[in-house]
Amino acid sequence: MEKFNAKFVSQKISKSRWRPVPSASLLLPDLFATGSWDNEENKVSVWSIGDFGSLNADGDYEGDHQLLCDIKHNGDVLDMQFLDQERIVTASSSGSVTIFRHHQNNQTLSINQRWERAHYHSGPDIPSCGSAPCTGIVCNNPEIVSVGEDGRINLFKADSKKILRTIDNADSSTLHAVTFLRTTEIMTVNSIGQLKMWDFRQQGNEPSQIFFLTGERVPLYCVDRHPNQQHVVATGGQDGMLSIWDVRQGSMPVSLLEAHDAEMWEVHFHPSNPDHLFTCSENGSLWHWNASSDMAEKPSFLQLGGRNTTLSRSTLGQSNINQSLMSAWLSSDPAKGRMEITSLLPNQTLSVNSLDILGQCLVCGTDAEAIHVTRQLFA
Amino acid sequence: MEELDVDPPLTTIPGVNSKKKCMGFDWGPGEMLVYETCYENQSKNLYEGRAEKGLGCPFIRIVQRDEDIYSPVLRKLFNESHGIFVGLQKSEEELPSKSRKTQLVRVSKNYRSVIGACMEEMHQLAVSTRDAALTAQYTSQVSVLSAMELIWNLCEILFIEVATAGSLLLHLLDWVQLHVCEVDSMAQEVLNSENLTKHDKYWNVITSYVLQGRMDEARQMLAKEANATAASRGMCRILDGLMKKMPVFSPGGTQTLTEFELKWQHWHEECERYVQDGTFASSSHLESICKILLGDEATLLKQKELLTTWYHFLVSRLLYTHPMVKPAELHVYAQSSLDMFLGGDSSPEPLDNILMAAFEFDILQVIKEFSITSSNWWFVAHLTDLLDHCQLLQTHNLYFGSNMREFLLLEYASGLFAHHSLWQLGVDYFDHCPKLGRVYLELHIERIPLNTEKKALKVLRICEQRQMGEQVRSICKSMAMKAVRNNRLGSALSWSIRARDAAFATLISDRFLKDYCEHGRFSDLDLIDNLGPAMLLSDRLTFLGKYREFHRLYGKKCFPEAAKLLLSLMTARIAPCSFWMTLLMDALPLLEQKQVIFSAEQTYELMRCLEDLTAVKPDMGETDERRLQDDGDDVETTKVEMLRLALARNLSRAIVKEGTLDGW
Repeated sequence: MEKFNAKFVSQKISKSRWRPVPSASLLLPDLFATGSWDNEENKVSVWSIGDFGSLNADGDYEGDHQLLCDIKHNGDVLDMQFLDQERIVTASSSGSVTIFRHHQNNQTLSINQRWERAHYHSGPDIPSCGSAPCTGIVCNNPEIVSVGEDGRINLFKADSKKILRTIDNADSSTLHAVTFLRTTEIMTVNSIGQLKMWDFRQQGNEPSQIFFLTGERVPLYCVDRHPNQQHVVATGGQDGMLSIWDVRQGSMPVSLLEAHDAEMWEVHFHPSNPDHLFTCSENGSLWHWNASSDMAEKPSFLQLGGRNTTLSRSTLGQSNINQSLMSAWLSSDPAKGRMEITSLLPNQTLSVNSLDILGQCLVCGTDAEAIHVTRQLFA
Repeated sequence: MEELDVDPPLTTIPGVNSKKKCMGFDWGPGEMLVYETCYENQSKNLYEGRAEKGLGCPFIRIVQRDEDIYSPVLRKLFNESHGIFVGLQKSEEELPSKSRKTQLVRVSKNYRSVIGACMEEMHQLAVSTRDAALTAQYTSQVSVLSAMELIWNLCEILFIEVATAGSLLLHLLDWVQLHVCEVDSMAQEVLNSENLTKHDKYWNVITSYVLQGRMDEARQMLAKEANATAASRGMCRILDGLMKKMPVFSPGGTQTLTEFELKWQHWHEECERYVQDGTFASSSHLESICKILLGDEATLLKQKELLTTWYHFLVSRLLYTHPMVKPAELHVYAQSSLDMFLGGDSSPEPLDNILMAAFEFDILQVIKEFSITSSNWWFVAHLTDLLDHCQLLQTHNLYFGSNMREFLLLEYASGLFAHHSLWQLGVDYFDHCPKLGRVYLELHIERIPLNTEKKALKVLRICEQRQMGEQVRSICKSMAMKAVRNNRLGSALSWSIRARDAAFATLISDRFLKDYCEHGRFSDLDLIDNLGPAMLLSDRLTFLGKYREFHRLYGKKCFPEAAKLLLSLMTARIAPCSFWMTLLMDALPLLEQKQVIFSAEQTYELMRCLEDLTAVKPDMGETDERRLQDDGDDVETTKVEMLRLALARNLSRAIVKEGTLDGW
């Protein structure tokens, strides 16, 4: 059973992210950062989940996560990602994109770089440019891409003050999230239910491809790419449905999975175990999706959670058969395509806004002003 | 209206001189606006005051009614207790009474542990901060929290646990042990000293233990004296025997109350014998302890410093005189204990009154007294709600609004809504106020400032879940208006589609069409091309979508389909009249194509459209502005002539073509 450690922090948490561990090392994650929203003064905070000496005999993680340092953030933190071990990039409701540096020797945070008003509204009726909230960012060191309510896409380089590339009017509605597909390609989701692919090698303001659900205009709020199979993309939106897309074919999702009954705020594939996927929602639920093929043989795996559901998927896309390395997420055989869903945070009523997973560890932040951490996801 | 029991407390607002100027104010949810007016306080001439406007204080002050809500530590209390509250509302009322009681006691303990955690944290803050003012503030909040815990715990024993004779005293002992805990630190101090029996607090520790009924600890401590002093060893042994023999009621056991009573009487008489024999006459300490065991009031009162409070005195007194006290008798003992303890030296404080009201089983008075002394709504709202779940408050209906539980919850939740970020918690409280909750929520939710779409989405979810159609429309409309102001027509249209606001969708569609007329191309194609069924929301939106479809067909060179669609837009009266000329001009290139696209019949219809348009025009009452533009009229005339020519030519070609086909 996943043991969650909750701590109330007197601020509504909009984002929580683990600090990445160097890929070569076998270190466990020990630090995470959070951002707050809707406070009179918002903050970016760095937390430690304590030293490993405090593990007791059963390997249980005891004790709270401790605040290491925090810094004022101008506006709501609408998105956040670690650029590298030391630098955190945030997207602000004030339209700016900021890089914070975490100084580990004296545990302080400072502003490393800021692009003010990277997102703004403009037009004949607006005398001075009003800023527009920046809703999403994605980093691929040193590149940073931001999207906003102004439908604009910006491309930054961490060390360069000026914005490398701007796509104005990339979207007529609000762009809610962005992710890298390949080094030069990104995917964005918008509030009219479209998934758009952009290639920075192409000039002009047109996306290279648009994907959407026919008829429906359900806003999409989050997007994540499969860590190994770059053509597999998961999105979640207003109706709480989880959509899996294969960007190589068709313009419709491969499968649509009924999930939360409220807005899905984030979806993440497990970075090293991508048959597992995690979603969180406005209705306070945090779900673990297990699509691993060996699930049938190991039925006891993860069955201790509050709620276990097995769903059969509805398949919308074309079946493509000749794949030896087919992802569990794309399998279109309804008999095989069963997955197990575990609810990780029962009894939570207010929104779980953000989650992040790394190895065995999961952190999530809620509107109930609590941060929940577990270090034994697959225990 | 009821008379006020006490004068409301006076709040002075720094910087506002109410002696000199009249003050004005306006109520708001959870807060109040206060400002100085131009009027002199005792001015004879009001107009004079108005004349010297410049002298008034230029500030408007916001006065918050509940300052506790802004404490970061108490925010944890609000958030954590919110979860408990929601859990309690969802809990099964139909449980059998016994397990229902266990459940309610568990809920009550959860609330108390949250208070305890906050108190702990506040205490840490008070200790660690260097700022004297802050320390004072934290310390005062610690004492408020500890009073809350004390009252809550007593209410839990009396109202929720409903302890009966026998077990009632055991609960009260626990209560006193939990809240008067100086003895533990004192004992530690004594145990750490070298010659502990000579320590000046040694006897105090034993006495305190005895006063709290902690016999095992008292005996252990007493054994040190017995070991150290040979002279008093015998006496100590006797006292030890008495303490050991003292009967303790076990609520779960087989012993009946009468059996216990007999046993206790027997023990009591034994103690009395020793006192009368003068067994402990040589040691004042031992004698006094024995007298305490006897429940001698004078001896007990001598221990005022150790007892610290009258309610400790009450419990110690009951322990050694009436261990079988019934709930109904409690208030008599409480009142006399209070009177004896204070002894006329001082008058009871608010906390004493609240506890006394509880001992009298007057829930209403407890709530009332607490509300008067504290600006904090958290405590009364949650306690009342819990007691209401114990079916204790049914009869307490207020003469205004709703019942007391609902009234207090509404006040508390309104306070949360006044807070910048705690408003989300308030929603669930309103949900559980059956009478006025929804109205409150409707009024509050519309007033939340929406600075980002994400926040708007969260507020919308709250409204949509509760079928608050009007609020949904109002929020979507304000978001749509904001988007229009920011020149984000696509976003604006999305918002009005979400709210099913046909009028606004029409307005935005018109903007799109106007943009098209001005720039000759559509913006936001990704949206317009994918309207889907949303297109049917308003006629104008349908037209926009269909007109764009015409362009798409035209672009794909599907001329006959494009022509048919174009014509149907006019004949089905989907297109607004003002747009007909544009549509007819769009037909022009189709009329000029090499092959015949419009059939003769279609051409006739086009001609009728054109004639309708030109015939209607003079009657429509052109604006003056329009009439002034002679150039514009010239262009219009040219357009009409061009169209007529093209239509005539197309008609002739169509007739010839159709005739030829028919003829063959």
